[in-house]
Amino acid sequence: MDFSIVWQYFPMLLEGAWVTLWITVVSLLIGLGLAIPLSVARLSKNRFVSSPAYLFVLYFRGTPLLVQIFLIYYGSGQFRHELSDLGLWGFFRDPWFCGILALVLNTTAYSAEIFRGAISAVPRNDIEAGRACGMSGLLLFRRITMPKAFRIGLPAYGNEVIFLLQATSLVSTITILDLTGISRQLISKTFAVYEFYLTAAAMYLVMTYLLVYIFRVWEKRMNGHLKERLTSKTS
Amino acid sequence: MLDLHGYGWLLFDGLQLTIAVGLCAMLVAVLLGLLGSWGKLTSNRWANFAANTYTTIIRGVPELILLLLVYFGMPTLIQSIATSMGYDIRVDVNPFIAGTITIGFIYGAFSTEVLRGAFQAIPKGQSEAARAIGMSRLQVFQRILLPQALRFALPGLGNVWMVLIKATSLISIIQLDELMRKTKIASNATHEPFTFYLLASFIYLGITLVSMMVQKQAETWANKGVAR
Repeated sequence: MDFSIVWQYFPMLLEGAWVTLWITVVSLLIGLGLAIPLSVARLSKNRFVSSPAYLFVLYFRGTPLLVQIFLIYYGSGQFRHELSDLGLWGFFRDPWFCGILALVLNTTAYSAEIFRGAISAVPRNDIEAGRACGMSGLLLFRRITMPKAFRIGLPAYGNEVIFLLQATSLVSTITILDLTGISRQLISKTFAVYEFYLTAAAMYLVMTYLLVYIFRVWEKRMNGHLKERLTSKTS
Repeated sequence: MLDLHGYGWLLFDGLQLTIAVGLCAMLVAVLLGLLGSWGKLTSNRWANFAANTYTTIIRGVPELILLLLVYFGMPTLIQSIATSMGYDIRVDVNPFIAGTITIGFIYGAFSTEVLRGAFQAIPKGQSEAARAIGMSRLQVFQRILLPQALRFALPGLGNVWMVLIKATSLISIIQLDELMRKTKIASNATHEPFTFYLLASFIYLGITLVSMMVQKQAETWANKGVAR
């Protein structure tokens, strides 16, 4: 085992880790923005609104992410002329665009399912109290339902964030040089197979548990008022 | 109409291998899960430590990295150790075995957590009562704990299975001819990648839907004797 070679290329690995984090954050933010309306659509009483949302979630949760990435990246090639006519071929030719698009659609589906559960778990009393105060529609949703649902859904959403961080390693299959991609490239150059994979694994481990920690602190801050108050024992 | 240019059977072959890898890996995962949950719940501190390290590491590293590490890293590691000890050997890993073991090893960590929760859900009084009427520890496990734990674990293990079968698509990267790789071959030959990847995605969706139905049936069956 010779880890000095890893040390030599360590700045490149750090760059890869940065790319991994960047892809994760961008996909998460876009996905979060799309997931909230989607989860509301999923709960709609109108079947023409809820069914498409249901099918979207079912498809992206029921198929492997790798297939979704390949479907977008390689699959778009089949419609090259049509996409060129629309002026979109430039996007679909770019692995970054395809990789992030696939991750966004995937995380949107999973997060929408989390928020759907969270929104239906908001106590009826809270909604009724809001209505009694004269709120309705968007105002009620913004002030009462969403903040509460976000607190309820936060632990599950934290898990989704961690899954997404790890899932980004799949974009290395479409030539993006994230942490996994960089490692594979360096291995084909140096033949130090397990040294690089072990280092990459350790770096993912650090990033994962950093995120776990951040979410744990965040949860505590969000739900601090719900914690049992420490009371001195009096008899 | 959908024209597969005669490549439909190729995908069917791939599907069979995907299901074979999935089932074998699930078996490995459940066995490791049983071992891991024992490790987490026993009072032996070394076993605690081993089980906690196992789940912590596995859940913090992407499947792809672990798969590449096992398939490409292990042979070189063994070879370099052997060389340093003065032996000259060549290790080749069979992709089916490497894939099955890696996927099973990863999802073993997830089933460890599921089974740990299931064993903890059984009231302690039951095993104490069973001991009191003279059952051995093994009998308690076999007659009281295992049947109930499996019932409690069924929803969780069902979820593990559905994530696991989707993760088998990664094995295509280590050249095992399962559904995903067969799809790649077909799409390269026909220059119709969208058609074939879309078809493959619907096959995976089909597996998920069938699994969901089977899971529902299994849960009804397992909870037959439980009053609600």
